[in-house]
Amino acid sequence: MSLRKDPEMEPKPRNGYSRRGFVQGVGLSGAVGVGLLESEAQAQPAGGAKPVGPGEVPITLQINGKPVKLAVEPRVTLLDALRNKLDMTGAKRSCNRGVCGSCTVLMDGKVVDSCCVLAIDAQGKDIQTIEGLSTGPKLDPVMVAFVNNDALQCGFCTPGMVMATKGFLAKNPTPTYEQVEKGFGGNLCRCGTYVGIRKAVLEAAKAARGGKNA
Amino acid sequence: MPEYRWPEMSQRRVMGKRLSRLDGPIKASGRAKFSQDINRPGMLFGAVLASPYAHARVTSIDISAAEKTKGVTAVKVTSPAGTEIQWAGTEIAAVAAATEEIARDAVRKIKVDYEVLPHVVDESDIQKAGNRVKAAGEQVTGDPDQAFKDADVVSEGFYGCPVLTHCCQETHGQVIQWQGEKIEFWSTTQAVSDIGPDLARNLKIPAENIHVMQEHIGGAFGSKFASDRWGAEAAILSKSSGGKPVKLHLERNLEQMIAGNRPSAWMRAKLGAKKDGTLIAWQSQSWATGGVGGGGMPPIPYVYTNIPNRRLNHSAVSTNAGGARAWRAPNHPQASFLTASAMDDMAAKLQMDPIEFFSKNAGYSARPETYRRQLVKAAEMIEWKKRWHPRGEAGAGPLKRGLGVGFGTWGGAGHASQCRTVIHADGSVEVELGSQDLGTGTRTIISMVAAESLGLPIQAVKLNIGDNRYPRSGSSGGSTTVGGVSSSTRKSTLNALEKLFELVAPALGAPAGELEAVGGKIQVKGNPAKSLTWRAACQKLGGKTISEMGVNDPKLAPKEGLNMGGVGGVQIADVEVDVETGVVKLKKLVAVHDCGLIINPKTAESQVYGAIIMSICGALYEERILCGVTGRMLNADMEFYKLAGAGDIGEIVCHLEIDPENDKRGVVGLGEPPVVPTMGAIANAVANAIGVRVPTVPLTSDKVLAALEGRNA
Repeated sequence: MSLRKDPEMEPKPRNGYSRRGFVQGVGLSGAVGVGLLESEAQAQPAGGAKPVGPGEVPITLQINGKPVKLAVEPRVTLLDALRNKLDMTGAKRSCNRGVCGSCTVLMDGKVVDSCCVLAIDAQGKDIQTIEGLSTGPKLDPVMVAFVNNDALQCGFCTPGMVMATKGFLAKNPTPTYEQVEKGFGGNLCRCGTYVGIRKAVLEAAKAARGGKNA
Repeated sequence: MPEYRWPEMSQRRVMGKRLSRLDGPIKASGRAKFSQDINRPGMLFGAVLASPYAHARVTSIDISAAEKTKGVTAVKVTSPAGTEIQWAGTEIAAVAAATEEIARDAVRKIKVDYEVLPHVVDESDIQKAGNRVKAAGEQVTGDPDQAFKDADVVSEGFYGCPVLTHCCQETHGQVIQWQGEKIEFWSTTQAVSDIGPDLARNLKIPAENIHVMQEHIGGAFGSKFASDRWGAEAAILSKSSGGKPVKLHLERNLEQMIAGNRPSAWMRAKLGAKKDGTLIAWQSQSWATGGVGGGGMPPIPYVYTNIPNRRLNHSAVSTNAGGARAWRAPNHPQASFLTASAMDDMAAKLQMDPIEFFSKNAGYSARPETYRRQLVKAAEMIEWKKRWHPRGEAGAGPLKRGLGVGFGTWGGAGHASQCRTVIHADGSVEVELGSQDLGTGTRTIISMVAAESLGLPIQAVKLNIGDNRYPRSGSSGGSTTVGGVSSSTRKSTLNALEKLFELVAPALGAPAGELEAVGGKIQVKGNPAKSLTWRAACQKLGGKTISEMGVNDPKLAPKEGLNMGGVGGVQIADVEVDVETGVVKLKKLVAVHDCGLIINPKTAESQVYGAIIMSICGALYEERILCGVTGRMLNADMEFYKLAGAGDIGEIVCHLEIDPENDKRGVVGLGEPPVVPTMGAIANAVANAIGVRVPTVPLTSDKVLAALEGRNA
């Protein structure tokens, strides 16, 4: 692993935790998947980053506009923190490897797979989950478009699809059909609801521009 | 007894409408709770240790370090020393712990020694499968040898499709709590009413002690009927952990390896036909695997069952891989692909238009008129006459367009189902079935039938499903649910309504038989002036309730006419193949399906789209890949186990034959039929485009290029 100064590291997260810093700290090089070995956890940190873990560490996440305090092991993903620690189960765990998009949330407005973000690394970011989109009986217009176009069957991938739509439309407010097809390549649906999804995204885009949901 | 038959098409107020599914809002807003979303107080997390070897014997297992791990509450050995492992991914042990991370750590601390045994994981070349091949015995009809002599044209070919996995997005598993005598079971199942007894057998406890709950399920497709070993494992972990609930769902890799798959199907075929295109002989040697148990025999020749002279040989190949499970229309997509490919090759050799060829031979099928009608309709939808060209004559340039035909059939008559309708004095209505909604729209169609029958708006019916405390309703398999639950609901609601009629008849001054429920009122038939509002009618119940059952019995159903089975379907694919890169792109697919009475065209069409998309995956992208050396699955994930995305499916147009004639047949299941013809249609379209047959799916670019070069891929 290169120890070069990474511009992405600046400015440092307020609390000093970051994925890169964490990985440097424990001396692993790209082998996070093998888990944390005790000897490595005790190794001296490189580059001055403060080592954390391997036990639970207190963190604060900014979720749907509110600060939420919780304690997680450094290896816990944002997805697992949401689901297992906070009972926010809208984001789903399906492939758990950043392929299917069932775990999609927005981080600082960007579409991310929350299964591929460490919870400790999500600190200081503005995290938006599906729970924040609609709290009462009134649905978000994207959700309405999904219902109208029967863009869901079993519904397991749906919250991820809805969040991906939010992120997609923020960047592409007037998408073409082809842009929709490409833009949703990161969200898979085994029930095969893409026919409805493509229509729903276009309808939601129209609704956001002031048109009515069909 | 009330008249249960469905109202005339023109008389229906709720059924037949394009209503949005009732659980759409809760699902789209992320509030729907799936089994994986259940978090209970004090809940523990389970993790599974699985065998890395495809064939091995466990010689020793040491769980002491795992047991001593802080936070671990129970370790259960499922494959003790001496156990012979038959596929990679077999569960060796399971752990329950305070957190998921601790459970996984503990699993890694279990020490297992194996004696590794030789394995077989590849059956695509039957010559190499040795003693793992079990022949089913030859079936001969007519005189195939003579028929091949009489034939003007003989066409031979090899075709095949590999094993696919269900790849449910919610992996198999459960949250389960075994406390004292009772088990609370938050399942992922297609069988809310039947999974309890299944788990009870495994645990040797009375079935009535198991309470099954399931609001939503993240995909099943035939793979989620049984409680499975992990169900029992999780229950025992819960019991061993002082009765705390345990959440245990398979990790993605195990989901792909051990939670079910569709058997492969391979075939060498020889067909004989007369010059005019009449098929007279079929000979095939086919083989398949669905794991150690071998593979089911695909019903070939498919649809064209009665080709007069046939010789069939099928072999099951036992491989060291996770066992097959029902997969959306078991064996039909494979049989359809094999048959449609072989027949299409014959049509090409005859230099005959495939539509004409399939139509000409439709007399060999159980429903010639249906197929001929559907071939005409599908051809019209794709502009066949204008756009079809003989095989390989796609013009100059690297992008070749082609059209291809596929066909299918299915049963789909209603399963055994019981429904209870309860009418309360405040006018509220509850409809209860121990059924499940797999995302097919079951909730919505039950509510529509109840509302139709009771003359109420759909919102006035409270539907209770997803709990085995409700009356037993069948498993959702074989496209039998819609027929079963619609029929039992129809009967139950009308039985309850009859009781209400009897109660209010005196007040309306007419016999109960003269009353009808229309527009939220009970009225004398055809006389809205003599009526009571629904609420006023129900108030006459005083402190009582009406509670009436309705039953669909598959043995009696054909006479009653509420549901039926037996459908046909035809699909035509339009593809573009880049002969320089070998990439196949589906441009358009049209599907024509007969369907019986459609309760909700909107959700019905979604079933068709979904089924087609699933088979587009099978035609172009997905396949289970096992490593010959290690015996392990190389793509036990979702990045290399390829599924189609939103941009990979082209345009799909479906035509459901909704008309009075079809409607008279009653309700017929639709979840499976449209999955059947797609692979054949796409494979034939590719052959039409590039001029040569790509013999096996998925039609990946390497195989397309190999076929173009005349090599075996």
